[in-house]
Amino acid sequence: MRFSLTFWRRRSRSRALVCQEVVELVTDYLEDALSAADRGRLEEHLAGCPHCTEYLAQMRETIRLAGRLTPADLTPDMTSELTDLYRLWRAEG
Amino acid sequence: MEPDEELLRRLRAGDERAFVVLVQRYNGAMFRLALSFVDSRAVAEEVVQETWLAALRGLGRFEGRSSLKTWLFTILVNRARTTGVRESRSVPVADAGPAVDASRFGPSGTWASPPEQWIEEAENRVDAAKLSELLQSSFDALPARQREVVLLRDVEELSSTEVCTVLAISEANQRVLLHRGRSKLRQSLESELGGGVR
Repeated sequence: MRFSLTFWRRRSRSRALVCQEVVELVTDYLEDALSAADRGRLEEHLAGCPHCTEYLAQMRETIRLAGRLTPADLTPDMTSELTDLYRLWRAEG
Repeated sequence: MEPDEELLRRLRAGDERAFVVLVQRYNGAMFRLALSFVDSRAVAEEVVQETWLAALRGLGRFEGRSSLKTWLFTILVNRARTTGVRESRSVPVADAGPAVDASRFGPSGTWASPPEQWIEEAENRVDAAKLSELLQSSFDALPARQREVVLLRDVEELSSTEVCTVLAISEANQRVLLHRGRSKLRQSLESELGGGVR
């Protein structure tokens, strides 16, 4: 995170955020990991910046879509091997 | 859906069918997680089997303080890390580029080339199969450490604390990896689907 942290510290403190900083803070924002002050500055920026608002919406959509990735189905082979494994374990006592 | 606790109770009582249900519930996710750590499907399958066996043997010690899923994933990651380890070859923070390419901003840090719209496209126009193929290949292309975090946090929907437990990493490190991974996925979606409106 060296990039955004130094970048961030250099420019922080009471100055308004610029878009390039906002995109680096979006995850901390969505994960609720920003201080109240930073959160306020970010929301202030969003209120006046349609591009960053769109960017945030796209990050939310990305997360939503990622949630729809489905795991591979089990092959019948793997299921039966695991059943064997269970019986083996039972036999261990 | 029968709760895990009930299945565990039946499993402890020797009910094989409870085991089969748990396998159906978690094996796919475990296999996918294992694939993040090792190079081959065969080794990943082995890791998953070892995990189930370790879980069965440790059943008496599972106290339900974490969810069953988190417990299984933690065992799996420990197994995977001692087994094949694709991970040792990837340097954790080497890939610390910006979320959005610097060329898209002007000298003052405001957008020069703003995000192209694609949400509407993804939700209403793109064929579902094509979209999931696109997502899958973007996801597969992520660096291993980022993929693991995105998988656990956004696909499996563990809490960030649980992700940290499973991968044995700090909250801060977890968020950095998540940030990089999500940003790359967003960029892929924009590159593939964007531009329809502008």
